[in-house]
Amino acid sequence: MAGQELIEQDIHEQQLTRVVVAACSPHLHEKTFRGVCERSGMNPYLSEMASIREHVAWVHTDKVAATAKAKAIVSGTVERVLKNDPLEAIRVPIDAQTLVVGGGIAGIQAALEVAEAGYDVYLIEREASLGGHMAQFDKTFPTLDCAACILTPKMASAGAHPKVHLFTWSEVEKVEGFVGNYTVTVKKKPRYVDEDICTGCGICVEKCPVLVVDDKFEAGIGYRKAIYWPFAQAVPNLPVLDTETCTYYIGGKGGCRACEKFCPTVPNSIKFDQKEERVTLKVGNIILATGWDLFNARRIPQYGYGRLANVFTNLELERMCNAAGPTGGKVVLRDGQTAPKRVGIVHCVGSRDRNYNRHCSAICCMQSLKTAHLVKERTGAEVYNFYIDIRTPGKEYDEFYQRVLDDGVHFVRGKVAEISDIPFDPAEASRNGAGTLYIQVEDTLAGMQRRIPVDMVVLAAGLEPRRDSSEVGKTFGIACSSNGWFIEKHAKMDPIATMTEGVFVAGCAGGPKDIPASVSQGSAAAARVLNYIRQGELALEPVRASVLEERCSGCRICNGLCPFNAISFIEERKVTEINAALCQGCGTCVAACPAGAIQGTGFSNEQLFAQIEGLLRDVNRSHEPEVV
Amino acid sequence: MSALDNTNTFEPVIIGFTCNWCSYRAADLAGTSRIKYPPNVRLIRVMCSGRIDPTFVLKALSDGADGVMIAGCHPGECHYLEQNYKALRRHRLLQKTLAQFGIEPARVRLTWASAAEGALFAQEIATMVDEVKQLGPLNWPARPVPVGSVPAEIPVLSEVGA
Repeated sequence: MAGQELIEQDIHEQQLTRVVVAACSPHLHEKTFRGVCERSGMNPYLSEMASIREHVAWVHTDKVAATAKAKAIVSGTVERVLKNDPLEAIRVPIDAQTLVVGGGIAGIQAALEVAEAGYDVYLIEREASLGGHMAQFDKTFPTLDCAACILTPKMASAGAHPKVHLFTWSEVEKVEGFVGNYTVTVKKKPRYVDEDICTGCGICVEKCPVLVVDDKFEAGIGYRKAIYWPFAQAVPNLPVLDTETCTYYIGGKGGCRACEKFCPTVPNSIKFDQKEERVTLKVGNIILATGWDLFNARRIPQYGYGRLANVFTNLELERMCNAAGPTGGKVVLRDGQTAPKRVGIVHCVGSRDRNYNRHCSAICCMQSLKTAHLVKERTGAEVYNFYIDIRTPGKEYDEFYQRVLDDGVHFVRGKVAEISDIPFDPAEASRNGAGTLYIQVEDTLAGMQRRIPVDMVVLAAGLEPRRDSSEVGKTFGIACSSNGWFIEKHAKMDPIATMTEGVFVAGCAGGPKDIPASVSQGSAAAARVLNYIRQGELALEPVRASVLEERCSGCRICNGLCPFNAISFIEERKVTEINAALCQGCGTCVAACPAGAIQGTGFSNEQLFAQIEGLLRDVNRSHEPEVV
Repeated sequence: MSALDNTNTFEPVIIGFTCNWCSYRAADLAGTSRIKYPPNVRLIRVMCSGRIDPTFVLKALSDGADGVMIAGCHPGECHYLEQNYKALRRHRLLQKTLAQFGIEPARVRLTWASAAEGALFAQEIATMVDEVKQLGPLNWPARPVPVGSVPAEIPVLSEVGA
């Protein structure tokens, strides 16, 4: 007879009220044996496991000492289980509405999946349009299909879907509640354009006389107006007015007001006095797809970005290669016309570097290979890639690397030491001409120092966590790792969920990822949310803290201890209260309460004292008569 | 060999409080990896090192344990965001209290181990067992506090990994 059946039989025949299984770690089979108890009509929380395999049999060689330890562990567990209370799982209803934060490809995918299943989604985007970083890219590796061609249909579907409620130019300000029942406050920044009236005709943009450098979408190499669309295919198709450059706000005397004058709608869509708005949403689950920030290449002064005109970032090159970009798809030097004859591409800028970020940004090898291919194709230039290691672990990725090798792109293995515009001597200057950049690198395959003259340098700046990721994490009650990416519940087995029930992470918010991985995570997060919605309610582990009101003195020592905001003070009754759905069961407040007023269900003082006594039964001499 | 040198025969009993997410799993991993360590430590699982009430430690010491190990997730990696810092603070205060009881601070050790650090956890146990062996049996509270023997040295925060 199998072990589980034996236990079931014993529960019935011996009328057992408690069960201890001395076997493996509870992390393996606690659920299994709780299930056995439940099937036999016992409360599942009246069982315990004593881990004598992982913690004894597999780690000790002295059999006598190991057996004594195993007996002590069983004794402690038996004492403990006697103090166990029957518990019920906490059931919470799940609101069927979902919040998705971040309108990049991961967020769009997640929102569309949930909406397609028939549930309402609020999609919040900080910028004026959906699209995220992917909208800035020209081609996508390794297939070289254009980013806009595959992204804009998704953006349009999300914008037009009756179940997707779009909040662009908006940010989440406050999150209250718990899984199934979140109340979210969204701040809508003023666009100064009435979104209900504006038709998106674009006359205001055309008539606006103020031209400014677009350092967001065009990465600083193109221009936009003071009233502008983030980019041509923006969703929603609404312009936004930039108060820092518009003459109405900075020019004095009321500004030019050309946009208002020429706006053809009745009433006028331009609203110079539009104010910030707050919207409150009720949602059951939250998907965070807040993406990444580009490493600031100025932080590496020896690479000269921002100082040497013809040192570019990978993002600038993306815009340059794009046919709709500032140069119409031509790869040219900073002067806007000269095609480079020699181009150096530097990998791992700010990645895999103990001075900046230790992580691998995962996409820059492939992006740099793509850039090399496009530059070669468009200019016929000699292209040099400087790499530490080439990392191409994806479907058809290494094949693409082989293709770029066949293109005749040169690969130099070594970390670039310096990029300089100063020639070594007059001979080098006359050999290479004015304006040449010299790349100093140790070629670790050839075992020698090399100095390679080029006209243009492209820095493959890496992916970094959003600068405000730790504040955003606090808003949603989730943690960032020491390098700033959001921490998933389990890096391998649960990479979508977080430690806060009902908050999921998708895309680069959890770490650098390519487009296929981001899309997959968007879908996966949506699947998790739909799972919760379909269940209608969720059973939470009853390991929770609760306050015995008659014992609480209202000292408030516990009030500041909870990182999940589960503890609140009730002014009228001068006592503290714990919200069971917010409580994660860590027990820190239980240990802190000087009055013993906080009960830690599942890990009560009584249980733990009993376990200590049981564990030390064989050595406890306190009851023996004292020999003086 | 002096009468006080009992390091060869004395086998201390140590209670180890481990958190559910990191250090208990580190012990699990030491097991599945078959890493060997001395059998002197008996583990108790709590959800978080922040749950460890100083009275648990005192209870263990008064019930016959010669030492107590408190193990949590690494600072910054707490499953409950920051509760291991609370364990760290309590440990500091507890060390001072123990010194007043005449108990050597080395008997109550705070350590961090991630779920991936089975080998490190086993090593921590071996080190602590060695140290407590050097200190000898506790026999508290029966043991009288010798005058002038209150340990002066209490580790500063930087030494305990804060």
